[in-house]
Amino acid sequence: MAIAIPPEARSRVERLESIWKEGSGIVGWLTTVDHKRIGILYFFTSLAFFAAGGVEALLIRTQLIGPNQGVVGPQTFDQLMTVHGVTMIFLFVVPMSVGAFGNYLLPLMIGARDMAFPRMNAVSYWIYLCSGIFIYVGLFTGNGPSAGWFNYVPLASRAYSPGPGIDFYALGLMFTGISTTAAAINIIVTIFKLRAPGMSINRMPLFCFAFLAVSFALVFALPPLNIALFLLELDRLLGFHFYDVGLGGNAILWQNLFWIFGHPEVYIIILPAFGIATSIIPTFTRRRMVAFPLVALAEILVAFIGFGVWAHHMFAVGLSSVTTIYFAAASLVIVIPSGIQLFAWITTIVTGTPRFQTPLLWIIGFIVLFILGGLSGVMFAAIPFDQQLTDTYFVVAHFHYVIFGAAVFPLLGGMYYWFPKVTGRMYHEGWGKTSFWLTFAGMNLTFFPMHILGLAGMPRRDYTYGGDLGWTALNAIETIGAYLLAAGLLTVAANLAVSLFRGAPAGADPWQGDTLEWSTSSPPPPYNYAVIPTVTSPYAMWDREDRDADVRNLAEGEKTLEQGHETASTSVVDAEWDEILEMPSRSWWPPVVAVALSGVFAFILLQRWLAAGIFLLLTFAAIGGWHWKEPQEA
Amino acid sequence: MEAGARYVSPLDPHSPAARDIATLWWWMLAAAAIVFAGAIALLWLGWRRRGEPGLPWIGESERFNTGLVVAFGMVIPAVVLSALFVGANLVVMRDTEPPSRSATAMTIVAIGHQWWWEFRYPESGVVTANELHIPASTSVNLEARSADVIHSFWVPELNRKIDMVPGQRNRIELYAEHAGTYRGQCAEFCGLQHANMAFNVVAEPQSGFQSWLRQEQAPAEPPQGAEAVAGMRAFMEGACASCHTISGTEARGTVGPDLTHVASRATLAALTGPNRHGFLDQWISDPQSIKPGSKMPGLELTEAQFRSLVAYLSGLR
Repeated sequence: MAIAIPPEARSRVERLESIWKEGSGIVGWLTTVDHKRIGILYFFTSLAFFAAGGVEALLIRTQLIGPNQGVVGPQTFDQLMTVHGVTMIFLFVVPMSVGAFGNYLLPLMIGARDMAFPRMNAVSYWIYLCSGIFIYVGLFTGNGPSAGWFNYVPLASRAYSPGPGIDFYALGLMFTGISTTAAAINIIVTIFKLRAPGMSINRMPLFCFAFLAVSFALVFALPPLNIALFLLELDRLLGFHFYDVGLGGNAILWQNLFWIFGHPEVYIIILPAFGIATSIIPTFTRRRMVAFPLVALAEILVAFIGFGVWAHHMFAVGLSSVTTIYFAAASLVIVIPSGIQLFAWITTIVTGTPRFQTPLLWIIGFIVLFILGGLSGVMFAAIPFDQQLTDTYFVVAHFHYVIFGAAVFPLLGGMYYWFPKVTGRMYHEGWGKTSFWLTFAGMNLTFFPMHILGLAGMPRRDYTYGGDLGWTALNAIETIGAYLLAAGLLTVAANLAVSLFRGAPAGADPWQGDTLEWSTSSPPPPYNYAVIPTVTSPYAMWDREDRDADVRNLAEGEKTLEQGHETASTSVVDAEWDEILEMPSRSWWPPVVAVALSGVFAFILLQRWLAAGIFLLLTFAAIGGWHWKEPQEA
Repeated sequence: MEAGARYVSPLDPHSPAARDIATLWWWMLAAAAIVFAGAIALLWLGWRRRGEPGLPWIGESERFNTGLVVAFGMVIPAVVLSALFVGANLVVMRDTEPPSRSATAMTIVAIGHQWWWEFRYPESGVVTANELHIPASTSVNLEARSADVIHSFWVPELNRKIDMVPGQRNRIELYAEHAGTYRGQCAEFCGLQHANMAFNVVAEPQSGFQSWLRQEQAPAEPPQGAEAVAGMRAFMEGACASCHTISGTEARGTVGPDLTHVASRATLAALTGPNRHGFLDQWISDPQSIKPGSKMPGLELTEAQFRSLVAYLSGLR
């Protein structure tokens, strides 16, 4: 169901259709700059990496099902646990939330026709795909990184990890970091400049606040990681000594640089999920969010304070007491903005009239799991307790409650919630609920016993354990839980896959949703909105007069921008009409740049410097070609 | 650890420091349980009143709702977290901080290796491996170092863990209230055999500890019997001596554990197996299948050499 098109506007809409027409076939997908198509590419790619990370997790759990198992040897186990972490964090959660959800939904939610930099958006995706493949080439050739996802030196140095595994990790993460940085900048500019007229900052949906916070955090968090990786590769490939204690280097330098990135990364992982929660809760409780300004502020604060807590990952390395106490205090402070958001969600649910349909179920599951993960997290700000339980299964339990419970559950809920918008069809409600309960049970069965295992003294990352330590039963339960969890996730996938073909038509707004994306047809046309909408509150879809005004504008040809490939740009704070932007059209250059860049990283890994240099020149040539003509003329 | 399988749990403390941490945990668990129950109760209320907007008695008041968020999300956490901060990071932490040197009776240096533990007693010159002897109810200053990558020294029943970082000398107090054996293990991922890098702390009454120390100070016992003598020759002439030290002999290697009194130790290969015939034989003949990646190579030995080596090592009490 498309929105009602007044007869006198038909020609305008047809004109928009022809201007914004997407290319067909594979070529259409390769050259697309449409944020929705790029979002879908991100979705399926990150889903594939999720599956790969899941298989790795199942292998790990199968190896640990009982004492002294030989399912995989220590070498394979270490690669699996390292690549599992790298995959889930860098190749699944962030690309799924920022790449798929952010790309698809942000322009729709703010009433824009595309991201601010559509071609940079495309290049972000292609670089992400190439970097993911790059890292997996390592694993599939038996050269996966094996020093854990935080890759501590000196274990990760050439002396103790001689093969190319760590180089796949370090170069792969630098490679994927380019993509993430570009995506973050794109989101910031899009949110600042492409909001619909009237959507001043304070009228922006909380989803957008979350993504704005995440994007700023990414821009500031990735440089320390890239520096750490760059120094590591200088050490490994060219014989420098930044981390080499024997020659005046410092092993703790890596830990500081890594966690200056790594802790903000935790909030980068969960903030989009918070954004999804703040989208689903108002719709399904049929009321506005309680304490909206506080929640918006809290989202920004979490991202900001997240930069001041990194050393709580390092309480056992022998820092001075003053240092540990400072970081413990900062880690406690960050609980406050999280508490605000948590109780804002709960209060909204309690005071609203909730419909307990599948998307809300996932969000309630998320709230429960986030409380558990948050509570165990707070305990790590108690320094002596942290020093006792860090690097045990208690930590593994904690961060899976946070990352799987608090980040992935909302992503799954979001998949159900926006499935009708993206596909135009409804999912199966009964199977939706079943998939939730299976996943929720599997999640808790897998990860809850890990708390107890940690308290029973089991260190993380052990590839095996003796039968005399009392760890056997809990490990067996966890492994069964992991299979159940996998069954739950497969049910989600099956439900959505079958519904894609058999689901009932959804219409534009099956949920009486609160934000703008529900005002356009499902799936949205390539230009998103035939009329640039005008907004007067954060719940644009609940302002019926405004939406009726859009239809009148369409009839009168106001704000339809059907003269070209155009969208509206507005002022940063108040979102007043600024100018009309001519948007770039589809292009081959983004995938070409990504492929050329792959050559650079591959030949650095192989230490073929000349070839790497040639591919670097090719990359610059491709970027030159990209900018040779104004993108609109290409 | 062979006999007497039991949890090695931080919640089974045998020192004041570990007990403080365990107490801290139980308090935090109680507080967490209350918070969790409260949040679940609110969600349950939301489900019970799914058809009715607003709160019971209060109804719909946006100011009251915001007040709830401020109270539950800001004020109560601020109070509880301040209490946690003071209790954990100012009070309990005093017991888990590195001890002042004057407050400890002796110093032991623990050095992490891939994948075993070296223990040095600087005051008496004793060097041993994988079995750390301390006098019971005596405060020991443990200095943690590393010979290669980062390891972490962790005896959950006695104290928190302390990382062994190359280039650093971290310290921690080691104290056992009672005589007994306390399992320790590496708690920082350190490569292939991280899982098989454990050790025992053997706490003995002062007199027992002193006699152990005297025995360890003595050079290795000379081999008894022709087979052991042949074993010693095989050890010194073969690859063994280039990696292991046996004091009183020409074996001076430092790659692997000091074997001067290896037969007095209860386990081998950092608690990978019991130190007795059977496991010792396997360990010498095929270490790579028992502990893949270990620095101990499988040696090409004749049957006679192999038996004599076992005889020699079994005599190193």
